[in-house]
Amino acid sequence: MKKGNRKRIIGGIFTGATGVSAFLIIAIIILILVVIILGGKETFSWEFLTAFPEDGMLKGGIFPAIYGTAMLVLIMSVAAVPFGTLTAIYLTEYAGEKSVLAQTIRFAVRTLATVPSIIFGLFGLGFFIRFVGTGMDTVFLGGELKWGQPNILWASLTMALLTLPVVIVSVEEAIRAVPRELREASLALGATKWQTIRNIVIPGSFSGILTGTILAVSRGAGEVAPILFTGAAYYLATLPASLSDQFMNLGYHIYILSTQSSNVDQTLPIQFATTLVLLLLTFVLNFTAVIIRSGIRKRRAK
Amino acid sequence: MNQNTEKKKFVFTKESLKKKFRISEFLSEKIITSVAFLSIAIIILIFFFVFRETMPIFKSQTAVESQPATAMVQEQYGVDSSLILNDQGQEQYGVDSTVMVNANGQEQYGVTESGLQDTGEVSSTDNAAGSEHEVAVLKSLVGKDWLPVSDHPRYGLIPLFVGTLKITLLAILFAAPIAILAALFTAAFAPNWLREIIKPAIELLAGFPSVVIGFFALMVMASFFQGIFGYESRLNAFVGGIAMALAAIPIIYTITEDALTAIPASYKEASLALGATKWQTALFVTLPAATPGIFAAILLGIGRVFGETMIALMATGNAAMTSANPFESVRTLAATIGAEMAEVVFGDTHYSVLFLIGSLLFIFTFGLNALAEFYIKGKLVRRFQGKS
Repeated sequence: MKKGNRKRIIGGIFTGATGVSAFLIIAIIILILVVIILGGKETFSWEFLTAFPEDGMLKGGIFPAIYGTAMLVLIMSVAAVPFGTLTAIYLTEYAGEKSVLAQTIRFAVRTLATVPSIIFGLFGLGFFIRFVGTGMDTVFLGGELKWGQPNILWASLTMALLTLPVVIVSVEEAIRAVPRELREASLALGATKWQTIRNIVIPGSFSGILTGTILAVSRGAGEVAPILFTGAAYYLATLPASLSDQFMNLGYHIYILSTQSSNVDQTLPIQFATTLVLLLLTFVLNFTAVIIRSGIRKRRAK
Repeated sequence: MNQNTEKKKFVFTKESLKKKFRISEFLSEKIITSVAFLSIAIIILIFFFVFRETMPIFKSQTAVESQPATAMVQEQYGVDSSLILNDQGQEQYGVDSTVMVNANGQEQYGVTESGLQDTGEVSSTDNAAGSEHEVAVLKSLVGKDWLPVSDHPRYGLIPLFVGTLKITLLAILFAAPIAILAALFTAAFAPNWLREIIKPAIELLAGFPSVVIGFFALMVMASFFQGIFGYESRLNAFVGGIAMALAAIPIIYTITEDALTAIPASYKEASLALGATKWQTALFVTLPAATPGIFAAILLGIGRVFGETMIALMATGNAAMTSANPFESVRTLAATIGAEMAEVVFGDTHYSVLFLIGSLLFIFTFGLNALAEFYIKGKLVRRFQGKS
């Protein structure tokens, strides 16, 4: 009897502890959201989104940072999505499940997903800027410094490497959800493998490619470490006009304002509002991706 | 699958059974296969280029010669400048030695460049001082001083390692129990509707940009914890550790949850059938069966914290100190790269040392990932197949 009671108490404590942990995490998430929304909602306005910073970034809006982030993720997607999709097609359609090559590629993709983002920044600096960029300058421009320095192209390509695994994983999942019967029907009608992929597999996994792109954009918009020294700038009076220009970025803007601004307290509302913008952006993107993805999972389960 | 279906076509001659060569098929397959190699290529390129930029520390001359001339205005190790390290006599660069450095790191200039003095700057433009730094660097790497910008720059990695380990330890101590218990809650106790809320919410936390978590830690958590504990430096390892834990929780949670739900239902059913209660089953059957997966989760969490840059930059105080006190500021390896890379001169010693730190970070996380991948996942699979 006594023993039974003790057991029940231990069980209660244990079960309670697991529940408390889960709710603690949820509470922290809500706390972060609430604090940032409350801190940023007063400054957050259409004006704030569309105006340039003023007075040495002490006042004004964040339009260049939004624009820079948008350009960054756009160029990044152009680079990452096709390559990620093709890799996913290879892994699902061409490679054998047990082939050594496919296993190696999968390992490389997973490794790529766990490499610290700052390493991508170093790689971008060492490879894109110092090797490719400087090489381009030497070959095409006769040593004139144009590409061998941080700019939006190198930052975007660096970010593309970081988000490649995100695209690959999403697209792969979607391709696997395309029913086998569709492929077989296509092949039975005399279509070749590539025709089947082009006309059946890729259209059928379009939502997956979309999810992958959205998730990659969300990730790319939030990461700061890879662009710290591959192209982000403190402050620019003009928007980036060409690929060889530097750019402003939301995350970098938050970092700069909160740690290196001339007056951290005065810009506090701007910092909160910028954080709110970034958080809203990633939140909306992730939410969309989750919805599309749950659709894919349901279809696959059928 | 392809070949099977093609064989079933209604064709009778041996000749027509053969797969026709089509240029578009051939090209598409080759292109897709070569694109797939890209991921492997990137990993190799990262290895190569991060190490390449590290090399000048060890071999100043070859590195300079191999680099294009344009961006290299500041760094001139020159062709004549070479040196002998008479410390232990292991390293001897070149033949025409102009500089000698003795065991205490004091400079003894050779005949040709005797007029030169230590310029004190990392981006020194004269040959002798440049190579003298190389030697001092190799020695100072194991030192306790991280003073990259000073008259006598020293690049001791010890405080950075201590700082990183301190942060990692704190973060995992916070994150692992909470994340594992929460995963157990969703896998074993929570009703379906609650699970459908908790899982997406934690996925949402995974989507929080680290700069947002860093900002939250810097602006809110730091003051809050200072109010509670009353320590001196507002930004310290403790605040950084908790902020990092927020970044590590989703990773540990997700992988643990996967491992827990992957356990065959027969395990749980057997336990329940023997009269065990729900919590006994969870604690004594489900959890132990998933240990390899949980271990993998913790390893990947460590990898995440180890390489996290923005949170470390914003919330840890960034002072390179060697102490065990969790309430003192620390500087992590990743944050050091993030904070200093923008200010160094391309190609000088400080730059190379930062790349060295990057190489170490990369090797470490690569190792962690490989360990989690091969050893633990394999073990998990074997266990479920009953071979352990």
